[in-house]
Amino acid sequence: MTIQGLLEKYPRVLRLIDILLPLLATLAALAIGAVMLILLKANPVTAYAALLEGAFGSQNALADTLVKATPLLLVGLGICIAFRGGVINIGGEGQLVVGAVSGTFVGLSFPDASGWLIIPAALAAGFLAGAVWGGIPGLLKAYFNVNEILSTIMMNQIAVQGMNFLLRGPLIDPVQLEAASRIPQTARLSPAFDLPRLIPTRLHLGTGLAVVAAVLVFIFLWRTTIGYRIRAVGLNPHASRYAGIHVRRYMVLSLLLSGAFAGLAGAIQVYGVNHRMFTDGSATGFTGGAGFNGIVAALFGQLHPVGTIPASFLFGALLVGANKLQRAIQVPSALITALNGLVVVFVVSSEIWRRRLARLRLVETKEEPLPATETEVEVVS
Amino acid sequence: MINDLLAANVIIGILSSGIRLATPYLYATIGETFGQRSGVLNLGVDGQMLLGAFGGFYVAFTTGNLWLGLLAAMLVGSLMGLAMGFISVTLKAEQGISGIGVYLFGLGMSDLLFQKTLGTVETVRGFRPIHIPVLSDIPVIGEILFSHNILVYIAFALVPISWFVLNKTTLGLKIRAVGENPHAADSLGVSVAGIRYFTLIIGGTLSGVAGASLSIALLNVFQQNMTNGLGFIAVALVYFGGWRPFGVLVGSLLFSMVNALQLWVQVLNIPIPSDIAVMMPYLLTILALVIAVQRVRPPAALTKPFERGD
Repeated sequence: MTIQGLLEKYPRVLRLIDILLPLLATLAALAIGAVMLILLKANPVTAYAALLEGAFGSQNALADTLVKATPLLLVGLGICIAFRGGVINIGGEGQLVVGAVSGTFVGLSFPDASGWLIIPAALAAGFLAGAVWGGIPGLLKAYFNVNEILSTIMMNQIAVQGMNFLLRGPLIDPVQLEAASRIPQTARLSPAFDLPRLIPTRLHLGTGLAVVAAVLVFIFLWRTTIGYRIRAVGLNPHASRYAGIHVRRYMVLSLLLSGAFAGLAGAIQVYGVNHRMFTDGSATGFTGGAGFNGIVAALFGQLHPVGTIPASFLFGALLVGANKLQRAIQVPSALITALNGLVVVFVVSSEIWRRRLARLRLVETKEEPLPATETEVEVVS
Repeated sequence: MINDLLAANVIIGILSSGIRLATPYLYATIGETFGQRSGVLNLGVDGQMLLGAFGGFYVAFTTGNLWLGLLAAMLVGSLMGLAMGFISVTLKAEQGISGIGVYLFGLGMSDLLFQKTLGTVETVRGFRPIHIPVLSDIPVIGEILFSHNILVYIAFALVPISWFVLNKTTLGLKIRAVGENPHAADSLGVSVAGIRYFTLIIGGTLSGVAGASLSIALLNVFQQNMTNGLGFIAVALVYFGGWRPFGVLVGSLLFSMVNALQLWVQVLNIPIPSDIAVMMPYLLTILALVIAVQRVRPPAALTKPFERGD
């Protein structure tokens, strides 16, 4: 049977391919990782076993994986919204940072208030700060035609410098101010503000919030008018305009919401994990690269909010497992960063095969094409 | 204390450091300019730079030969350029996102290799300043312009050279044609894929040199993530400079001069929040992007994969 015949008979094959392609991409990356491990004179079987054990081997390991997956999922949700809306958000790192700083600021300002009040306020502050940080590139793109890839990158750097300034000066821990070392970090937030732990592990409420957020984003994108319009603009801005959709406004909204979820991730990271804000001078010192890895997770989840849940879990596991890899057999965890890069390249590159197969397809399925994430969307209005 | 900054020797020092610090920006932006003029946005520059920085440092450290180190950086960079070509030209992958993949790969790989081979931060004796006879004896100007290492001179020489190649040669015409109207170029027998592979390999090579200029000429160490996002800035500077070599020169100098100023502020222990000073060029770049895009149009085919008979 020809491929075309196969597709005609089983239209669901395509959907299966959608799921299989990223998995194949990951397997390919892991296979290359195995070659690299052999070159590093490590046994790949032992290495991957250590990785799996580090990620899933115990209740604590599993909890750590979930905790690590949380910011990836939240950033990934934002990425789903942006990419579905036809805009690219590379500013996750900066949005995480401003969300975290704003959230911390709320907690530091009212040290004696009730946790019931402060936690929601801080998370809201993080969400809003992220929205502003994403919204600015959105406005610049919609009204000044500034490429959002570049502006979000610039906003990352501005956020980092702002964070460094605040943590070395106005927000520095008074204890550090006295000490000669002056480590740039804030005071520890009141323990009353710690996000509740779910079981006696490091797992905190934020993970649950992120999963709820994923479902909400799904409902928003596929069951509401605004969500429908965001996707319409992403698929075809010209047609959307003729349909009476205010294209510019929805572009801004996509980037704004995208930033908001990354900002929320930052605030949750502070209240659930670190309980203070700190800096090593770079963004990754605080974010651990979640702003970029969230993109990986979202792409892997086919830019679908619900698909991003297992994808984040997988990449959270890789990151946590990587630490074990380093401890157990002295393979630097940087290996996983490199492999994540390969996964992105493979997933994005495999689109060509998906497109070719889709072209062969004669039977109309309910399958929607992914939006054309063109960086220069010409807006005529 | 502000007066310290205005002392003649300090001003000369700042300008001289500014020229020197422009080196990595220049290599990276000129390389990226070639790629973008042919229609490909390479967002993986930072990763290419990190691998070049490591390759250059490692070879220079183990062999003691800086030129071999530079060659290694060029080789690593060109391979990464080739990879970017395969991804964006042959596989026609979305350029913005695949660039992030290349970046993550370079970030992780350079760190991995560093930890597995060197393990600790080592130093090399980098390229020494070459005082150009006669010219370096000119007061003030000699010190600012003519007392630098060889990579600085080459970087600045590349500006007019790349301007000439892009604007006055057949190759440059082909590059621009492929970036503006690949279908027309294709119908006239220009190999769109070939040109794009070529510019990406040139870009990768120059990114590698940009990295090496940090690790074996400016800082003389290799550290994890030592570029700290410089490659991303380089991509933005290409827009800032309107896709012209002399334009990116201005942008590179803007960033390097502010960096130099900030270093001297720290050296002189002046209580200016240097983080805010470092923030300025980024704000300026955004502002410049707003102004630039109203006047200069990017290459028409930028970020669009070429497909015959579309």
